[in-house]
Amino acid sequence: MATEYKLRMGDGKRIFMTKEQIIADLKEGMADAADLGEIPDLSEDEIDKLVEIVTMPSRMVGVEQGKEVPVTHDIGTIRIDGDQGNSGVGIPSSRLVGAMMHERAFGADTMELGHIDYSYKPVKPVIAQEMQTMEVCQANMVVPLLYGAMPNMGLYYTPDGPFPNPGDLMKAFKIQEAQESMQHAAEHLTRDTVWIMQRLMASGADGVNFDTIGAAGDGDMYASLHAIEALRKQYPDIYIEAGMAGELLLGLHGEMEYDGTVLAGLWPHQQAPLAAKAGANVFGPVVNTNTSKSSAWNLGRAVTFIKAAVKASPIPCHVNMGMGVGSIPMFETPTIDAVSRASKAMVEIAGVDGI
Amino acid sequence: MGMPISHIMTSGMSGIRAAGDLVARMQLAKSMRIGDAKDYVAKKLDVTTDDLSDEYVMRELREELGIGVITSVAGAPKGIAAKMNIEKLLDLNINCCEKFRGQLK
Repeated sequence: MATEYKLRMGDGKRIFMTKEQIIADLKEGMADAADLGEIPDLSEDEIDKLVEIVTMPSRMVGVEQGKEVPVTHDIGTIRIDGDQGNSGVGIPSSRLVGAMMHERAFGADTMELGHIDYSYKPVKPVIAQEMQTMEVCQANMVVPLLYGAMPNMGLYYTPDGPFPNPGDLMKAFKIQEAQESMQHAAEHLTRDTVWIMQRLMASGADGVNFDTIGAAGDGDMYASLHAIEALRKQYPDIYIEAGMAGELLLGLHGEMEYDGTVLAGLWPHQQAPLAAKAGANVFGPVVNTNTSKSSAWNLGRAVTFIKAAVKASPIPCHVNMGMGVGSIPMFETPTIDAVSRASKAMVEIAGVDGI
Repeated sequence: MGMPISHIMTSGMSGIRAAGDLVARMQLAKSMRIGDAKDYVAKKLDVTTDDLSDEYVMRELREELGIGVITSVAGAPKGIAAKMNIEKLLDLNINCCEKFRGQLK
């Protein structure tokens, strides 16, 4: 009887696979990425290395000594005091305490301060509170401390915002009106993000994390890139991390461009140069996890996509590896065996600059 | 909570337990790729790039340089004071340190 190894499904459930099945799934996932992104396959040596990582008997694996990389964080301190909606563990504590716990108890390389609603727009009414908290955190922290939130352009449409909902307009075949609404929303999102970060920079922030760019489609990325460009122009030394929401930038508008490139339909290796052009220091590529496939399939696919993004990027790539992305299972408490294997593979095979 | 800690244990540079914050700062401040950032920090600290993730090397060195240590050492520079020493060490300007200096009379 062939030896079976313990793996996971994309939803985190335990499965058992033979080495031959693992290799087949790794190659199938790789081929899917190569086909969609029109990017190179992994080499046979890289597939062998992935098989070695996936089949290691230890519960937890680690990168080879000397290959460690910095880890950046989205959501930040909300993990500590937040509720389940933010994957928080509900420990009553200030955000300063949360940030210092990450720095001094967990060994975090960087940290992020974020608002409990975690989108830029709702920060506006409480900006003075955010400024005060940033000042207090900067006074006590040593690691780089960014301000982070989601661009979340959906908040600018009815019923949450001032502009007509493009989804409703498109259902009525009012395509041009829908595009105009997205353009208006993008302008407001850029303006709000820059305004918020101007105040946080005045409070000593190291910089900004744009977390989940593109969640509301190409307009979301258009707005974020213009905000990055404006912030870089005003603050030459600001730290800017640009992290994506998904692997493929959805073309809800369809015709928005940045630097002469149509944004709709871009894959990670095509997104990275635009983030760099706008003025970001670090790019966070994403590959979505398929819950119906094995961790081998997801890892083969994610490593293929991210390796191409790292190669194409002029700036460091900190791959997104939270729940449901980067081959991490789509599960609230991702298993350590799956997380550590994906983490090691991204560093040693995709060549990421950080996580 | 366990997921970020799993990443830190698997691949991370251990923050101020070692020199992860310094390497991350060079990536964020100067868009340095991982190899360049490690080389830059190692040269400034006069250690090898492998030493940057070695708590044994970095624990005493960080205390000597006054750039923040993981344990709470009474009297040692913390927060902005530690970051002002990091500015000199890495030849960088750090925004909160600039703001702090700007507030002194």
